[in-house]
Amino acid sequence: MNRIDKMFSTLRRRNEAALIPFVTTGDPDLPSTEAICLEMAEKGADLIELGLPFSDPLADGPTIQAASQRALKNNITPLDLFEMVARIRRKTGIPLVLMGYFNPVYRYGLERFARDAAEAGLDGTIIPDLPLEEAGSWIKAAKTAGLANILLVAPNTPEARLERIAKATSGFLYYVSVTGITGARTTLPDNLAQGLQAAKRHCRKPVAVGFGISRPDQVEMLSQVADGIIVGSAIVRIIEENTVSDGSIPGRALEAKGKVGDFVKELKSATLRS
Amino acid sequence: MKIIKKIFTGEEKLKGSLSKPDSRGHFGIFGGRYVPETLMPALQELERAYKAARRDSTFKRELNGILKDYVGRPTPLYEARRLGEALGGIRVFLKREDLTHTGAHKINNTIGQIILARRMGKTRIIAETGAGQHGVATATAASLMGLKCEVYMGRKDTVRQAMNVFRMELTGARVIPVDSGTMTLKDAINEAIRDWVTNVANTHYIIGSVVGPHPYPVMVRDFQSVIGREARAQIKRVTGRLPDVIVACVGGGSNAMGIFYPFSRDEEVRLIGVEAAGEGIDTEHHSATLTVGNPGVLHGTMSYLLQDKWGQIKGAHSVAPGLDYPGVGPEHSAFKDSGRAEYVAVDDEAALKGFRLLSETEGIIPALESAHAIAYLESLASRLKRGSIVLVNLSGRGDKDVETVAEIFKGRTA
Repeated sequence: MNRIDKMFSTLRRRNEAALIPFVTTGDPDLPSTEAICLEMAEKGADLIELGLPFSDPLADGPTIQAASQRALKNNITPLDLFEMVARIRRKTGIPLVLMGYFNPVYRYGLERFARDAAEAGLDGTIIPDLPLEEAGSWIKAAKTAGLANILLVAPNTPEARLERIAKATSGFLYYVSVTGITGARTTLPDNLAQGLQAAKRHCRKPVAVGFGISRPDQVEMLSQVADGIIVGSAIVRIIEENTVSDGSIPGRALEAKGKVGDFVKELKSATLRS
Repeated sequence: MKIIKKIFTGEEKLKGSLSKPDSRGHFGIFGGRYVPETLMPALQELERAYKAARRDSTFKRELNGILKDYVGRPTPLYEARRLGEALGGIRVFLKREDLTHTGAHKINNTIGQIILARRMGKTRIIAETGAGQHGVATATAASLMGLKCEVYMGRKDTVRQAMNVFRMELTGARVIPVDSGTMTLKDAINEAIRDWVTNVANTHYIIGSVVGPHPYPVMVRDFQSVIGREARAQIKRVTGRLPDVIVACVGGGSNAMGIFYPFSRDEEVRLIGVEAAGEGIDTEHHSATLTVGNPGVLHGTMSYLLQDKWGQIKGAHSVAPGLDYPGVGPEHSAFKDSGRAEYVAVDDEAALKGFRLLSETEGIIPALESAHAIAYLESLASRLKRGSIVLVNLSGRGDKDVETVAEIFKGRTA
């Protein structure tokens, strides 16, 4: 059994939802991202989403857009991400999933990207601008390399389509909580729990929910329904706000590391179902 | 017998690949729908609505009526005799899209899409704009229909094209400056897509070129094809035959596709798209996507792109703001790979010469975008026989560029 499936089945036995934090690779620099990932794994994260920065992230709000820009200033490439993953892999068995837009994957070459990602120790990919209709070649390449390809559904996805996507996804199904872009929100849609339940009815695989989730009370509420809770912008913002601006020291987000760790710990405790 | 059959299937195949994309909007490997899941239902809804509208005579009647009475179609086909003489005795015909209402071909598409949006019950219109021509054409169409309109425009472009910002505001639109990325057209499109993802229930996004996810490249092509349909009939009437060459500038490629498409099965007609070489295609400052780019995915479609070796999109440059885009329509990419059209690039300097040449020989001041097509005629003419017929799409008028060009020329004489 692969690391993602194993994680979800362990949590199911323990009656917990998975806490899935997201960070942008290379923001503010690679050593910081690596240190933050290890800290998050230590403080209870169940799976980590690693963002591959892209120049035109059209599904992302201002927080993750800015993180992408900072990472690109550091000239972060897929090779940097793979090397970092290989280093993290030597220290922890936490499932690691790459989240990135399709063009860098396509440019690298689908088969080569899948193989290098899997060899580095990644467990899967989430490509938000690659809907089912266009995903055929990538799903094949990922499968051959032993990577999960996690597909997304949105609140406005019709039922018949949801069924097809649920069938084709691997690892888990990513339920986008809002019709919109990423970014912390004070309120989530009223019918979110219903939407999630519908997705769960149509999907035999775990369903994780993301977009707009930033607070422990939201995590607690959603953990009653979802198998996993994804928190992105709220974590990226902590990193942004706690980065020492002196660029001379590698791993300059030391301050941020502690705060992200505390936040992850707090969120994780909210995933335990009563 | 065998040979005949082979030729026949070959031709059929060519026609098939030229006439339309597959059911998911692919022109060979190009095109498609590379968008967040939230937009998939909206694109399917738009495709259904567009297909139904095309078959509906009420829609066609309304569209044709507005194109005639409001836009000013058909636009003239004008033989530029003095220009032809200056170029060594070829016959140059200009398709005068510069004479349409708002001064560029962009309005052909926005009128079509605004009628469609109203049919779909959308109450809010959004658009992106670079130079401001598409923004103005969208704001104009929205005002005509009484729909609310918001236009995303890169912060840098709002400064460079302040007059067009004012024109949009005058016609009742709100212009939203975009501060992300390179603060130009590419980022304005990102922001418009983000808006659409968020407000998809009541909003229609009017894309201004033959780019973006399916069905946009097909729909915009069809609305712009009125240019080529008119020109084909007009040139046959005047000269008794089809032109030898058609020349049009290519940024996203909507005016070029509009004039190329109705001739795409006339294999004896050469189609030439002229891209912006900016400061030179061997520099980092150009927009020659088809000339030096590679296939990739941007703004929901697979096409040639300006990108680095890791697939990050590069900034584009041209003296003509409307050509300043690091992507291009997927059908142009397919035309390039199949050889149906040729694509060349002309730099800023040559475009300025073209701008001057047409102004001086014909008293027509072209848009800097269209000046690229004019500029290419010089090298083209030297390889053509006397009396060859060249059709040029004069996609827009140069009023918007006069100030820019004056600044450039002034800088030189000082």
